[in-house]
Amino acid sequence: MTAMTLTEKILARAAKRDSVRPGENIWVDVDVLMTHDVCGPGTIGIFKQHFGQNAKVWDKDKVVIIPDHYIFTADAMANRNVDTLRQFAAEQGLPYYYDVHSPAYKGVCHIALPEEGHTRPGEVLLGTDSHTCTAGAFGEFATGIGNTDAGFVMGTGKLWLKVPPTMRFVFEGELPPYIMAKDLILAIIGDIGCDGATYRAMEFDGEAVYALNIEERMTLCNMVIEAGGKNGVIAPDQITIDFVNQRNKSGKPFQVMKSDAGATFAYEKVYNVSKLEPVVAKPHSPDNRAVVSEVKGTRLDRAYIGSCTGGKLTDFRAAARLLKGRSVKIDTFVVPATSEVARGLQTEKLNGQTLEEIFLAAGAKLGQPSCAACLGGPSDTFGRLNQALRCISTTNRNFPGRMGHKEAEVFLASPLTVAASAITGVISDPRDFL
Amino acid sequence: MFAAVLGLAYPRHSKPETMQTIIKGKAYVLGDNIDTDQIIPAEYLMLNPAVPEEYRQFGKYALAGVPSAQGGLPKGHIPFHNEEDEFISPYTIIVAGKNFGCGSSREHAPIALNAAGIQAVVAEFYARIFFRNAVNGGYLFPFETPDRLCEQICTGDELEIDVSKSLLINRTTKDEWGLRPLGEVAPILEAGGLFAYARKVGMLPAS
Repeated sequence: MTAMTLTEKILARAAKRDSVRPGENIWVDVDVLMTHDVCGPGTIGIFKQHFGQNAKVWDKDKVVIIPDHYIFTADAMANRNVDTLRQFAAEQGLPYYYDVHSPAYKGVCHIALPEEGHTRPGEVLLGTDSHTCTAGAFGEFATGIGNTDAGFVMGTGKLWLKVPPTMRFVFEGELPPYIMAKDLILAIIGDIGCDGATYRAMEFDGEAVYALNIEERMTLCNMVIEAGGKNGVIAPDQITIDFVNQRNKSGKPFQVMKSDAGATFAYEKVYNVSKLEPVVAKPHSPDNRAVVSEVKGTRLDRAYIGSCTGGKLTDFRAAARLLKGRSVKIDTFVVPATSEVARGLQTEKLNGQTLEEIFLAAGAKLGQPSCAACLGGPSDTFGRLNQALRCISTTNRNFPGRMGHKEAEVFLASPLTVAASAITGVISDPRDFL
Repeated sequence: MFAAVLGLAYPRHSKPETMQTIIKGKAYVLGDNIDTDQIIPAEYLMLNPAVPEEYRQFGKYALAGVPSAQGGLPKGHIPFHNEEDEFISPYTIIVAGKNFGCGSSREHAPIALNAAGIQAVVAEFYARIFFRNAVNGGYLFPFETPDRLCEQICTGDELEIDVSKSLLINRTTKDEWGLRPLGEVAPILEAGGLFAYARKVGMLPAS
């Protein structure tokens, strides 16, 4: 048997082959297809155009539709797109449609997928969103695709993929309390550049990775696309398996795999996390890395905590640790990724105060679960940068115009660094507050 | 060889039945890491490309997110559209640097370029999803070049691409460069995109 990496093993299984090699083009069976309100209507259009107006999706239990991008807006076309999803889900009888303004509403798809039990080790998950790679944290192959690919999958359950070579990133040592997964991935992107993993898989390993909770592992995999990565992946351990078993409502069995000893990696880098400093990505690229001490004191207009990258309960716990008993000096927007995270803000307490109470007492503004201002969106989007402001954010991208205004400047950072900076109004080091 | 090269995923600006072995037109030059938010800002993503009139609208907003100074190199500050036509650009070929189309998976990005009349992009290399979308949806030719042409070609230069020879000619300066052959995606492009390819190889019933 050829020794294979985890990504190669998952793809071989999905292609019903004994082995695959990097660079090969293979046809895989898809386990879950996810789409949302921005790419769903176009995908449905392609599907109907090619398979017929009355065609049925290949497997209704494998198509998951999660509106999350433009939800709390007066924009008529954005709302029309959600109507399109609703109608399609009804006519197809899809059991996994998480409708807006209904008890089933979730919010950000990449966080909703694991919460609702749609992520399982060993599977292939494709989604019409580049941050679909987040689900690699569950030991599966997950990547973003376009509407045409998704329309094809909708009708056939299959897609051609090119097997990527795997880059391996090992984090050794004990994680200091001021370093989060966001710092780790920003450090990697700073090292390899925003094209450093183009057409490649990024596998994370090492004791510091397995010391992370599942949400932090998701943050790590979430931003591989910012290095051009095709997928990010972490071999499952007991933490992964326990999480998946707890959420896997369908009871669908899954296969836990890991890279073979002797598998070939295209690149390998070992980090000692105990030596890392909090990191930011300066405008206007996620690879424009600086350690916080280099940019400390940079004046800010706004702070933003939210998105698939930085809007999970772990992110808000971290921010609340710093914000408790303090006030923010700049406009600070808090957006839980999902309705489950929003409930967590109301129930989880820190020294007798809920996280939500802590944020509101600090003067932050609380939004409803969705992608919100991470990608700008309609002009009435909560937290959107409608002017040329300078913002520090827990989100994933800071290309020109990403959060709204073309001349706005966005610094990407961990929830700890964003919270510290919100308190002072200038870029600040979380070590000064811990 | 490249008859009916472009697929038929959506209604498009250029007529797909036209056999395009030669692509001719003016160059619009951009730099490195032109991400999908610059190609089509998120505020326009509520348009649904499956609706023909909305598909056309994407042409108007193509490259709306490129900061003015970086639009139309080497000088910059050159608008992608002229006053006569707010939907179709006078430019036909985009020349760019590294990592073109990085960022989101939005197929609206190659759609916007196609709707604006762009028939080919020549870049050093592409972000993976943009490249897939361009090929599988058949919106434009995503050519790769071993040369850093974004520093050698000027916005407005008259270019000609001979698709079957993978050759780029600058009619304005008389320069010529070899492009990387389309390689493994050629069969999909040749068939006319992902759906046509799947029909050709028998994965889908012939329409």
